[in-house]
Amino acid sequence: MSTLFDCRNAFAETLVALGEADERIVVVNNDSIGSSKTGAFRDRFPDRLINVGIAEQNLVGVGAGLANAGKIPFVCSAACFLTGRALEQIKADVAYSNANVKLVGVSSGMAYGPLGATHHSIEDFAWTRAIANLTVVAPADPEETAQAVRLAANTPGPVFLRLSRMGVPALYDHSYAFKFGKASMLRDGGDVTLIANGVMVTRALEAATLLEAHGIEARVLNMATVRPLDQEAIIAAARETGALVTVEEHTTYGGLGSAVAEVVVQTVPVPMRILGVPGVFAPTGDPAWLLEHFGLTPEGICDAALELKKPVLR
Amino acid sequence: MIDTSTPRTQQIETLRRQANQTRCRDLRMIHEAGMGHTGGDLSATDILTTLYFEVLNVNPNNPADPNRDRFIMSKGHCSGALYTTLAYRGFFPVEELSTYMQPLSRLNGHPDRTKVPGVETNTGPLGHGLPVAVGAAIGAKLDQAAWRVFVLTGDGELQEGSNWEAAMTAGHRGLDNLTVIVDRNRLQQGDAVANTVRLDPLADKWRAFGWAVAEVDGHDYDALLDVFGGLPLETGKPTCIIAHTHKGKGVSFMEDKAGWHHRVPTADELQKALAELEAAV
Repeated sequence: MSTLFDCRNAFAETLVALGEADERIVVVNNDSIGSSKTGAFRDRFPDRLINVGIAEQNLVGVGAGLANAGKIPFVCSAACFLTGRALEQIKADVAYSNANVKLVGVSSGMAYGPLGATHHSIEDFAWTRAIANLTVVAPADPEETAQAVRLAANTPGPVFLRLSRMGVPALYDHSYAFKFGKASMLRDGGDVTLIANGVMVTRALEAATLLEAHGIEARVLNMATVRPLDQEAIIAAARETGALVTVEEHTTYGGLGSAVAEVVVQTVPVPMRILGVPGVFAPTGDPAWLLEHFGLTPEGICDAALELKKPVLR
Repeated sequence: MIDTSTPRTQQIETLRRQANQTRCRDLRMIHEAGMGHTGGDLSATDILTTLYFEVLNVNPNNPADPNRDRFIMSKGHCSGALYTTLAYRGFFPVEELSTYMQPLSRLNGHPDRTKVPGVETNTGPLGHGLPVAVGAAIGAKLDQAAWRVFVLTGDGELQEGSNWEAAMTAGHRGLDNLTVIVDRNRLQQGDAVANTVRLDPLADKWRAFGWAVAEVDGHDYDALLDVFGGLPLETGKPTCIIAHTHKGKGVSFMEDKAGWHHRVPTADELQKALAELEAAV
């Protein structure tokens, strides 16, 4: 089994490196230094970590104000509170105001599994991708995380980075060049396309291997950016493989699958399956168990693809 | 920065004339647009006039100057008073006011910083201005910069909890480069603030959050100049100025009436209002 990485570490290391090079980089958080792994940044730049306490509306507003003062704030919080509690601030103070704020939602999806549905962040794609002028990104591995953090810092404008705490294997090396709004094809195939992001990308790749045994060649796209969406890659996948399965650690209402479907039905309508949490509050359980519970496993993805490829019996 | 070379009486007379002109133009604008927040515009006009014409270090020819003072209009629905003030201060042509809330006008019902020079952050939903102001004030402190941050809130707006999150942070960090002005007109959209959810004891609330507080008549230019000239009230503390005002100030039949929150004057009412204002100069 390959080594697993917590992408928060790549985030934290990159942030310190960015902070060394540019004193405009600051961190704002809501008493979440531990969970956002920003302790190293605080130790290195004590004045530049602004802890506003347990106050998410203020968290995001203060971030917007720091941007107004010329800073490049990374506003860090558990994804569930950042997006749920401060959504109007994200909309008005950050996106609509075009403030140069980088929102970082950590422990996204069902990473806080046993803590229950209050702490799961499985609505955040739906909420954030509906907001204009906000780039929404869920990186899949440490390299992609580091590059997304660097790109966010160097690209003026609002960005939401959705980071998990679940271990994932490394998928990319330094030769990779992440771009906002550009999917990365991890495997080519002509029979079906598996589209995933975040922690689900590895599982989609494993599903592609399982599909080989069934004589199905699956393309795998890492759709790290949910907004703006790589429409070209989706249209090409629909045209060239004729069937799509989306996989996300998110509710099936309004997330990655919905975003892909919006493109597909208006361009190259092909059969699709949308895998995720099927519109329910997830029960308690550790994250791996929850993913299995909802069929978000290589086997579950493989089964969905097989079902999609099965000739329709009338 | 407050001009100390001009005699105070002359300063006050200039402010009075400017505020009167702003009120007249704002009422015409609201009447033409058929929309606007008449009562709150008029309660805030003297504060805005004093800030923009005597207090704020801003330059209409360089609205993004990094060293400018920041003014944040948290009560964004009173965009009419803000736009009129910004226009007379030279941020954009006064004639443009006639596009207020018209299709594709940049003078939206609530201010948009991406379109209107001089606007610092997009407001409209209440309770957003103070947290942003706190962030800007922290930014200035990090840079040891001399520029200051001012934010104008409504009083009913203080029912929004986000204000108190930000007030706590500002008090904790001792942001003495930050001043909040509360437009204490005692009326919110539907009723008196005191009949809705009361704020009193308001000064004590701010003090309890670590702020230095002054209470002034928000229509008394002399008092406003005094309090703005003595900022911060206390070194190491953010300042709250509770400006006691009257909704609809300047027009007898609009004053202190909640019904004028967003009522638009008819042609007849406009003429009466303008006549009163013109007679007052």
